[in-house]
Amino acid sequence: MTSLPVQPSPRRLGLVIDLDICVGCHACAVNCKEWNSGGVSAPLTDLLPYDAEPDGVWFNRVHTYEVGEGAEGRTVHFPRSCLHCAEPACVTVCPTGASFKRAEDGIVLVDEDLCIGCKLCSWACPYGAREFDQDAGVMKKCTLCIDRIYNETFAPEDRQPACVATCPASARHFGDLGDPTSDVSRLVANRGGYDLMPEMGYAPTNKYLPPRPRQQSAGCTGAPEKLAPAAPAPGGLLGWLDRLLSR
Amino acid sequence: MIAATASSLENPCIPHYPSSSSRPPPARATACWPSSILAPLDVLPADWRFGFVALALALGAITVGLLASLFHLGHRERAWRALSQWRSSWLSREGVAAIATYLPAAAFGILWIFLGKVSVIAGALAALCAIVTICCTAMIYQSLKPIPRWHNGWVLPNYLLAALMSGALCLALVVQPFGPHPGISALAVAAVAMAAIAKVGYWRAIDGESATSTSGTATGLGHLGEVRLFEAPHTSQNYLLKEMGFAIARKHAIKLRRIALVAGYGLPFLLSIVPLLASGWPGSIAAFLAAPLGMSGIFVERWLFFAEAKHAVTLYYGRSAI
Repeated sequence: MTSLPVQPSPRRLGLVIDLDICVGCHACAVNCKEWNSGGVSAPLTDLLPYDAEPDGVWFNRVHTYEVGEGAEGRTVHFPRSCLHCAEPACVTVCPTGASFKRAEDGIVLVDEDLCIGCKLCSWACPYGAREFDQDAGVMKKCTLCIDRIYNETFAPEDRQPACVATCPASARHFGDLGDPTSDVSRLVANRGGYDLMPEMGYAPTNKYLPPRPRQQSAGCTGAPEKLAPAAPAPGGLLGWLDRLLSR
Repeated sequence: MIAATASSLENPCIPHYPSSSSRPPPARATACWPSSILAPLDVLPADWRFGFVALALALGAITVGLLASLFHLGHRERAWRALSQWRSSWLSREGVAAIATYLPAAAFGILWIFLGKVSVIAGALAALCAIVTICCTAMIYQSLKPIPRWHNGWVLPNYLLAALMSGALCLALVVQPFGPHPGISALAVAAVAMAAIAKVGYWRAIDGESATSTSGTATGLGHLGEVRLFEAPHTSQNYLLKEMGFAIARKHAIKLRRIALVAGYGLPFLLSIVPLLASGWPGSIAAFLAAPLGMSGIFVERWLFFAEAKHAVTLYYGRSAI
């Protein structure tokens, strides 16, 4: 059924990605590929992987942007994956019922046994979240690691998406964005988290945290502006020589 | 006898985008045929042979269009599933409407060809189903917000008028052996003119529209300054770039628009006037030239329709605005 859930649960699982912290190491993308090459969406086909023009299915891609000019310019690393939107047109355009949004937690999934591979859903997504697996003939996308987050064979602390678990800088957070008291919701509120392309009207669940304002001076660290000499000026002959040579 | 209709049926699935030189242009252009399901007031001949040729052409084109749409699917054997989600999906609605068109069209054809009776009800129903199908096709594109050049009110009238034009040109051709039919010729002239006006209006609208989204809104970093791609996530092409990325036709858009306008609309318009002025062989020759020219014009404009579409995902890959 590609109609959206009539009575969606207030639970909205998703990610919060901190663009201030992300160092662009691509570990999230690599671990996503690694996990999902063996998970429910397996295989994430690679075509000509050792060729000059390799091509393959990835659910997570890290872009790097230059923003601003001159002294105000900065480099921002930008991981891009499915935002598990509240109004996902990728779901409603699906002619077969393969694409669906779960009522219980808002995760957007593809039933690969129903997908006919018409690709219309990928055209309906402004964020480029869906990638067609040419080999399997079906569309694939981020599952929010549904086979990890509900996996009871995992220790509770490991029940989070592969991209979040692996991030060495802790730039990625996973939680319930429908619950205003959750850690992720508070993070969004405190840091001014925002939606990508809100003008499209897809109401993404995932939020991005903006880079913090650049510090223009070191004053706020509490360090004095000039360092005082560690030892008092020497007297006697050495002191005389020091004064003489300092002229 | 009642007036007939032109129905056009397109490939009910999204086509391959002509983004790389190795990719053939969309099959739908050839399938964009109005299938002159006709039932005219004294406008058309009641001859059963005419009915047979016109209906065979129309239903044949519809069938080719439907089959063509199957060939780009990842799983053709599951195509029947596409008829299930008509509640939410325009693509599903298109499939249902296209198949539904066969029933009244077949009834209309059987009554006419074998029983010599032109059924008003069957003809009108076939016409209605055909028009509904074209509307669904247009809405598949018009409903896609990530492509502002499709997400506008010009798309639906353009699909309807292009279908009417190609149908009328075909009808004017098929009717030639059955003597002069000024009504059909007049319909062709009017349809070509209306289709051309709608197309030019569409081009002007998309050229004049301001950006819907920018790399700033796509990344949410616009408030910090201009957002430029420094490093792409991957070194070679991926599905997104091959499917929605860059198109050769875009480079030649202005030239292709002129070709479509002159060869695809202008010449068929002038040629369609000839049968109104001169009956006999000059009119017939003109009609035989007008139909393929009109088809080629629709083929070019439809190719441009895809090539000039800018998808929002390209904002993440270096485009600054769509």
